[in-house]
Amino acid sequence: MASFDTFLQQVFNGLVLGSLYALIALGYTMVYGIVNLINFAHGDVLMVGALTALSAITLTHALVPGLPGWGLMIVGMLAAIVVCILLSLLIERVAYRPLRNAPRLAPLITAIGVSILLQTVAMIIWGRNHLSYPQLLSADPIAVGPATVTATKLAVIFLSAVIMLGLLVLVQRTRLGRAMRATAENARVAGLMGVNPNAVIAATFAIGAALAAVAGVMYAAVYSVAHFYMGFIPGLKAFTAAVLGGIGNIPGAMIGGILLGLIEALGAGYIDQLSGGVFGSNYQDVFAFIVLCAVLILRPSGLLGERVADRA
Amino acid sequence: MKTFLKAIPTAITLTLFLAGCGPKPEAGTAGKAAAPAGDVIRIGHVAPLSGGDAHLGKDNENGARLAADEINAAGGVKIGDKTYRVEILGEDDKADPREGTLVAQKLVDAGVLGVVGHLNSGSSIPASKIYRDADVVQISPSSTAIKYTDQGFKTTFRVVANDRQQGTAMANYAIDALKAKTVAVVDDRTAYGQGLADVVEKVLKEKGVNVVAREYTDNKASDFNAILTKIRATKPDAIVYGGMDDTAGPMAKQIHQLGIKVPMLGGDGACTPEFIKLAGDGATLLSCSRAGEAVEKLPRGAQFMSKYKAKFGSEVQIYAPYSYDAVYIIVEAIRKAGSLDRAAITAAVAATDYDGLTGHIGFDPKGDLKSGAISMFKVQDGQLTYLSTSR
Repeated sequence: MASFDTFLQQVFNGLVLGSLYALIALGYTMVYGIVNLINFAHGDVLMVGALTALSAITLTHALVPGLPGWGLMIVGMLAAIVVCILLSLLIERVAYRPLRNAPRLAPLITAIGVSILLQTVAMIIWGRNHLSYPQLLSADPIAVGPATVTATKLAVIFLSAVIMLGLLVLVQRTRLGRAMRATAENARVAGLMGVNPNAVIAATFAIGAALAAVAGVMYAAVYSVAHFYMGFIPGLKAFTAAVLGGIGNIPGAMIGGILLGLIEALGAGYIDQLSGGVFGSNYQDVFAFIVLCAVLILRPSGLLGERVADRA
Repeated sequence: MKTFLKAIPTAITLTLFLAGCGPKPEAGTAGKAAAPAGDVIRIGHVAPLSGGDAHLGKDNENGARLAADEINAAGGVKIGDKTYRVEILGEDDKADPREGTLVAQKLVDAGVLGVVGHLNSGSSIPASKIYRDADVVQISPSSTAIKYTDQGFKTTFRVVANDRQQGTAMANYAIDALKAKTVAVVDDRTAYGQGLADVVEKVLKEKGVNVVAREYTDNKASDFNAILTKIRATKPDAIVYGGMDDTAGPMAKQIHQLGIKVPMLGGDGACTPEFIKLAGDGATLLSCSRAGEAVEKLPRGAQFMSKYKAKFGSEVQIYAPYSYDAVYIIVEAIRKAGSLDRAAITAAVAATDYDGLTGHIGFDPKGDLKSGAISMFKVQDGQLTYLSTSR
């Protein structure tokens, strides 16, 4: 039945998009949960990750021509993760830590400044053009039931699921995770219990940056382009997803991300039927934001409830 | 001591601030008083130099600079007993209508005698009002939207064909060459993309073709899976896209990835070597049109291509030959008018009768090219292969 096939395809599209949003949203939500800061530069960390991976892949391909596609992808991802972690630690140390106890507006504006700075530096280093990403994993269409998928998209969904599971295990079952949860609840008291809050906060930024790096590489691999402002829109959407799921709430960010991806894909697919032809598919972003507004009006703390640091 | 130290950065900031204010160099803004400083003729060039169309903007600017360098090397422009050299003021409008108007005002204030630009119709149209108010002639080397010359301004011209011709040619190609009975139409909601898609849709409907889907996106989007999935369900024989190569390329790739084995028909914005790079495996789906002659087939075309490559180290994208001709037209108009008066130059451009690199150039009363041609291309073996020209 054609319309059900289309529905399944749109659901699959939404899952791919949603997995990417979920990975990025985790970075936003963890940082907000621990230091009450919306890290607007997070989307640009994603961009730096994607472009670094591109440079690494190009370099490796020139040095070792025989390496298969997935090998280059792994090299690129590792390079992106390392660079993004270092970048994120640097930003945290230089831009955010001095403003730890400042009024909320100051770190917010600093974050915007860092975002602009990263975009401009990337523009200088990698140029102003759209750079095309090499096809590392096969992009040939594979029919899985009624939906058509590609190896790259399947890799995105699989990898995102594995990483999100790993993060949940990290946060719930390890010492670092316990320290993160404790610092998120009350940094001072956690400090009294022998947790080093600065180290934990730095670790949180680092983990968020690593996730953004992976998301950036996969985003560029799926859409095959990378450029210096590619991080802005995904960052904004992922922030929306984090708020949708409940800011500060890690499972909330995952659910919010996947949900937002599904809403966007299904919305773009069905919006003109739903609105009787008034709104076309170019309103797909509007659809997502209307849903966000509705959730925030009806349930302000997000779907799974927000978890914010107790600033006692 | 501490207060003194604190005062130093404030003092420095104040000094820099005040240095920025102060008398600006004298530059006319309307009609007559546009005398250049020194013996320089300033011609403005506006195109996106950053963002998705940056490669096309740079291409246009290179063409203009090539023309200016040639004119200067050949002795400059003699008016009366003074010799002037041509200077190109290149500006970046980021393909954004708002930036386009800001940049237009900046050029007008800088005393330009003419502007080659803008690249995107969406930027040319709002900027044209500013040029009209200042009597600055504007020759676009690439804006094809019908509205650009339909405004009836004395100062707007273009050296390419318009979307009425291009849309008709594309629709005819879909019917004759692609044998399409059902077509899906997508556009990026810019002045260019929307205008072109509307013309194609109108002509297709007039000729009895069923337009089974009409979808929209925007010029910054990268994910087209949702609308392509919708289109796939309607089973079209062809997909027509009105938009630039930085969205057309990823779209072609996603068409391929979704297993939609349907040819794609694009306009001049998608007809570039960059498209082939961005589209990957989906590039061979594309047939596209260009709003001018196939320059490499013209007498001086091949020579221009090699000169361009030698100077800039890259291939011509699409419209460098047109910005090249546009600069020459402005300079010819200045020579014929014999003065640096903006209104006189505009009148001389309107009366242009010039054998340029891109063919014989003359303008109709609206500012459109009199003998506009549309060339069709197809992607074969990793490059754009010329098919035919309709005049």
